[in-house]
Amino acid sequence: MSDLFIRFRWVILTILVFVFVTLFTAEFQQAQTTAVLASALRQSTPLLFGALCGVLCERSGVVNIGIEGQMLLSAFVGFMVASATGSLVAGILAGMATGALMGAGLAGLSVTLQGDQIIAGTVLNIAAFGISSYFFQQGLTLPSGKTSPVSLGPLADLPVIGRVFFINPPLTYLSLILIWLVWFVLFRTRWGLWTRSVGEVPSAAETVGISVARVRYTNLIAGGCLAGLGGAYLSLEAVGSFERMMTNGRGFVALAVMIFGRWNPIGIWGAALLFGYASAVQTQLQFRGWLADDPQFIGMIPYVVCIVVLAGFVGRARPPAAIGQPYSRE
Amino acid sequence: MGVAESPALEVQGVTKRFGDVLANEDVGLRVERGRIHALLGENGAGKSTLVNIIFGLYQADTGEVRRNGEVLNLNGPRDAIAHQIGMVHQHFQLVPVLSVAENVVLGDEPTRHGVVDLDRAAAVVRELSERFGLDIDPKSIVEDLPIGIQQRVEILRALYREVDILILDEPTAVLTPQETNHLLNVLRGLADTGVAVVFITHKLREVMAVADEITVMRRGRVVGHTVPADTDESDLASMMVGRPVELRLKRTPASPGDEMLTIADLVVDDDRQTRALNGINLDIRAGEVVGVAGVEGNGQRELVEAVTGLRGVVSGSIILDGEEITGRSPRQISTMGVAHIPEDREKFGLIGAHTVADNMVLNRYHHRPYSRHGIRRPAAVDDEATRLVEEFDVRPPNIAAMVATLSGGNKQKVVAAREFSHDSKVMVAAQPTRGIDIGNIEFIHRRLIEYRDAGMAILLVSAELDEVLGVSDRVAVIYGGRIVSCEPAEGIDRDRVGRLMLSGADG
Repeated sequence: MSDLFIRFRWVILTILVFVFVTLFTAEFQQAQTTAVLASALRQSTPLLFGALCGVLCERSGVVNIGIEGQMLLSAFVGFMVASATGSLVAGILAGMATGALMGAGLAGLSVTLQGDQIIAGTVLNIAAFGISSYFFQQGLTLPSGKTSPVSLGPLADLPVIGRVFFINPPLTYLSLILIWLVWFVLFRTRWGLWTRSVGEVPSAAETVGISVARVRYTNLIAGGCLAGLGGAYLSLEAVGSFERMMTNGRGFVALAVMIFGRWNPIGIWGAALLFGYASAVQTQLQFRGWLADDPQFIGMIPYVVCIVVLAGFVGRARPPAAIGQPYSRE
Repeated sequence: MGVAESPALEVQGVTKRFGDVLANEDVGLRVERGRIHALLGENGAGKSTLVNIIFGLYQADTGEVRRNGEVLNLNGPRDAIAHQIGMVHQHFQLVPVLSVAENVVLGDEPTRHGVVDLDRAAAVVRELSERFGLDIDPKSIVEDLPIGIQQRVEILRALYREVDILILDEPTAVLTPQETNHLLNVLRGLADTGVAVVFITHKLREVMAVADEITVMRRGRVVGHTVPADTDESDLASMMVGRPVELRLKRTPASPGDEMLTIADLVVDDDRQTRALNGINLDIRAGEVVGVAGVEGNGQRELVEAVTGLRGVVSGSIILDGEEITGRSPRQISTMGVAHIPEDREKFGLIGAHTVADNMVLNRYHHRPYSRHGIRRPAAVDDEATRLVEEFDVRPPNIAAMVATLSGGNKQKVVAAREFSHDSKVMVAAQPTRGIDIGNIEFIHRRLIEYRDAGMAILLVSAELDEVLGVSDRVAVIYGGRIVSCEPAEGIDRDRVGRLMLSGADG
């Protein structure tokens, strides 16, 4: 446990600073503070899904820069299916299937055909943008409305954090469970050990009888499901409709979140909250009309945080060693 | 052993082709339980191909592998492991960021309710390492361990799977003499428990010391089978190379001239800022070879790096033919006449992704005739490279080949060709024959003597005591960052040098 603290000291320190600032402001304006925090969690959720997808892929040695595309197309397909069937569950499942299919596609290009992983990911992004824009129809709605918040009884009555953490719609709860699930799988199960070995030294895994291709396919497909959930979150839980380019770079920020979280789901959660908080502050500042003439400067905040964090704090993070390299047996 | 009993492993008529290359041709091999079977041959003789077939990594084109008399059909390492065949690879197949225990159980993990049971894994590893005298902490992270210990992890991994055939591919290539001795003891212990050990090497001393049986391969074929009692090192060497080999270098006495390199009171720190050299004095004359013998890590590397300008000097001086070179840049020192065959040729001697031709002029590409007015002249480079490739017998003789595709011995020839052809006054040769085969070792040694006779001053640093004693005119022993003895190689007592290397004192 103590080495976890040391490893994530920057994440923890940053969170503590924000918590302190927040508590300080909460003294004066509790409602507003609660709103900012709730918004931070909402903003962090798609990043979390995307980054958890990234961690599954990269831990097995495959760079996935196609998360943006996976989320975008899943958001689109999920919305279309939910809109056509009237079932949010069907929409969410369709989103997951879309992400998984794209993950399988990425695996096909980068594992079976041993193509360049960056190009394969770019293919996903371009395809997702093209397909979702081409088939998009204006004016569709969700007959059932978007997913509605579920209150967790007495927990929800706690001051500030009750409203932030315990009154949320289902996919948000799911994302919080997935953090621990992915962590458990990666660091406690046999599959996780295999995944990490394949991502570090694939030939070592192969010589003890682990199929590198099977591990990579499975992780890319499972990761695709998570990215698909992230997409479904955007169209079915956060907004309740689909817009062109609605991911708006979140798939790429998710990669930054993954790196800042050091390829570890728990670190990733902290990093996602940080970026979510930066987004929430940005929204809040715009809402208050700061720099109303030049709102783009406020809009920059999350991205500046992203750049500063990546450039400044992540120097020593070590990615999985075999990342980006196609593996062949001979 | 009864006549009817079939051997632990039997290979019959195995042929394997890679494109146009016949890697194995009608190879047969018989490995008995409880015996150490040395598979001897030069690089490219087909030893690795053969064991990769036994381990299921390659499939033979024709022929069969029998296990206890039963024909095996292996489609991968998993099948081999299932038949209790284990392998320690030349390039370790370990995951550096994982612990020893995780590496050992990888692929066959003990679990409890789906969770990998690392405590049980650690206990098993501890038990195995005690039983076989391997002495490893299961919780340590592999990348923090020295090479010799990492190799034990590989061995443990095989033992964990209860192999009764253990194949080791060039296991001693990366080990120090002490680690090698320990490994040979471990192998003997394993054989005594009934494991059949197949041990690939090209080091004759080890074969004679530990093997029960010896199979020699050359150019893809088995050219001989013998036991140590019926042979000796020079017989084996001839079998391996296919022609009589001079294991003892033919040489005339040196006729030293003026002092070429003078090292005075040299003090140098290592990477961790602790003293590596505590005031070294050494001088080398034109036309002589001074060999530095010592257990690795006693300051040899820092000495080489200081002389070639790769490492800063705390105090003291290095004088080249009357001119101070201390504190000059590596390029200045090279231009002034210090050639360098680096210890790690892959990292410091060559650029693997560049052609042989470009690597041949790495130290002078910016001079005429290879460049003029800052523009390179490939034709001049190619001419020189073609000449050197021929002179140094680099194979294949293709100057456009990527250096990374060459064998270790041929890579070393490229480095040697470049460094020797630079009209240098001093040659610093660090581990010049590490990891290369006998034919090439002989070649490099002869070159060293030829250039010595032409008046070059040579500083030879090697972990192989036989090499130092065989090539040098004077032998200096380094211990704890000091030269503890320096005397003529003629008539030197090998055991005494060994004691000096180990304790710094003769007693």
